[in-house]
Amino acid sequence: MPTSLLTLKPQPAPRGRWTEFITEALIRAAGYSAVLFVGLILLFLLREGLPAFAEVQVTDLFSARWYPIEAHFGLLPLISGSLIVTAGAVLIAVPFGLATAIFIAEIAPRWLREFLKPFIEVLGGLPSVVLGFMGMLVLAPWVRETLGTPTGLTAFTGSVLLAGMALPTLVSVAEDALDAVPRSYRDAALALGATPWQTIWRVTLPAARTGVLTATMLGIGRAIGETMTVMMVTGNAARLPDGPAALFLPVRTMTATIAAEMGEVANGSAHYHVLFTIGIALFVISFVVNLAASAVVFQQKKRSERLLS
Amino acid sequence: MTRLLTQRLAFALFTLATLATTLPIVLIVAYIVLAGGPAISTEFLTAMPRDGMRAGGLWPAIVGTVLLTLGTGLIAVPLGVAAAIYLAEYAKDTALTRAIRIAIINLAGIPSVVYGLFGLGLFVLFLGFGTSILAGCLTLAIMTLPVIISTTEEALRAVPQSFRVVSISLGGTQWQTIRRVVLPQALPGILTGVILGLERAAGETAPILFTAAAFFLPRLPGSALDATMALPYHLFVISTQVPGMPITLQYGTALVLLVFVLSMNLIATLIRSRARARRQW
Repeated sequence: MPTSLLTLKPQPAPRGRWTEFITEALIRAAGYSAVLFVGLILLFLLREGLPAFAEVQVTDLFSARWYPIEAHFGLLPLISGSLIVTAGAVLIAVPFGLATAIFIAEIAPRWLREFLKPFIEVLGGLPSVVLGFMGMLVLAPWVRETLGTPTGLTAFTGSVLLAGMALPTLVSVAEDALDAVPRSYRDAALALGATPWQTIWRVTLPAARTGVLTATMLGIGRAIGETMTVMMVTGNAARLPDGPAALFLPVRTMTATIAAEMGEVANGSAHYHVLFTIGIALFVISFVVNLAASAVVFQQKKRSERLLS
Repeated sequence: MTRLLTQRLAFALFTLATLATTLPIVLIVAYIVLAGGPAISTEFLTAMPRDGMRAGGLWPAIVGTVLLTLGTGLIAVPLGVAAAIYLAEYAKDTALTRAIRIAIINLAGIPSVVYGLFGLGLFVLFLGFGTSILAGCLTLAIMTLPVIISTTEEALRAVPQSFRVVSISLGGTQWQTIRRVVLPQALPGILTGVILGLERAAGETAPILFTAAAFFLPRLPGSALDATMALPYHLFVISTQVPGMPITLQYGTALVLLVFVLSMNLIATLIRSRARARRQW
């Protein structure tokens, strides 16, 4: 409980009120459970994934060939596949997401704003399998015909859809950051004769830059972990990219590999263990990205506290 | 004058960008409604699938998704709300509390397919639940937990401190204060968060792929240890693995899933806006 106003101490649970004592103990345990779950997730990923390093040579894991049937477990094509699709998604989602956030927070009239905010949330609620389904039936043929690629199931198709999945997170976090910029900053800029646009571009946006950075990182985290959409529209060909043109060729991501192959492997086989190893890698990536994103927020808080004191 | 021109250009650009991000949602939903609408019939909603899923209905998939969502709520809601109460009302700023917060941030970011791996390792294999509703619900519950915890904590923190001070100064214990004063005030916010969390669980495919989902099961699950069909997985299966699947039925399935998920979203939004209108503080 935030201590403010008074240093009023609540009565301790009266003696004999053991139900209250138990309730509070349960609440405490529930609070700790989040740590327990992260520990359990890591434990079971390691338990099932580490044996891979004994069964498969490490050099093989870092080779360019993913062909499990012949025991080739090179992870590089999968990692690069995830990176290409994510990079494409971020390149699309960041400008559109920021522009939308700025429009909602600074430009749109109040009624439009009240309408757009929950609307963006709806996009966040669309199941990834529905987006993948529409991607397969509508976007992929369009990509094939418009860009003249041999197949519509390309990294680019995945990037476009992933951008859609990352947008809601990006927009709402960036919009919160813009909202948090003090009114006085804008007033000062406007009073000095800046146009509303100059105020947004030179004052509000730079003041919100850490929040915008957080939004970008959370968007990246969202995109790299997406599974179903990517599996349905990227063609799932595990090959190492050989240039920027790879964006318009089929790729296979880490997440899609797990989802597509886990159902068919024998429990305890090398292939099974390697799929868990990919899981460990995804866990670590998401941990680092999200921790970095939240560290930026914490740092920002400290800085503003310093400025205010 | 160029300053105003720049502004006009920039604003036009940003309006276009906003259209580009929002219009596709309308188009996708409209397209699915138009293309899937003709498939909707009583049979489609209440019959078992036939002919290798190429005919008949969605009944077992609908029931499966409802069961998975309810089961997930049964586990995640008490746990998540209690955890949020701990963080908002009891926890002090210690290293342990910071560890809990980092853990929640981490849980929120873990890819859904990794939850699937974890569920497979712990619930399906280690605890021996097999591919079952129980294993699926537990997996989905842990995935939903961070959403429920953070929205509930926000709702609890929004209750003014003075409410607590009054209750405690009247001799209430901390738990009485939470139970009788804070929780009722925060209820709409908590409900909104819970529904949005469960909405995500209802639409997810990757976490149930190896923990709960059955490819084809033309009967209802008999117990919590049975596998089940589920709408999102069913849509994945019929759109990628079943050759010769009538396209109308695919769109129809997408429509049913969309209605299920979006109505949860709508309910959450309604609860929130009603509570905001009524709030007296």
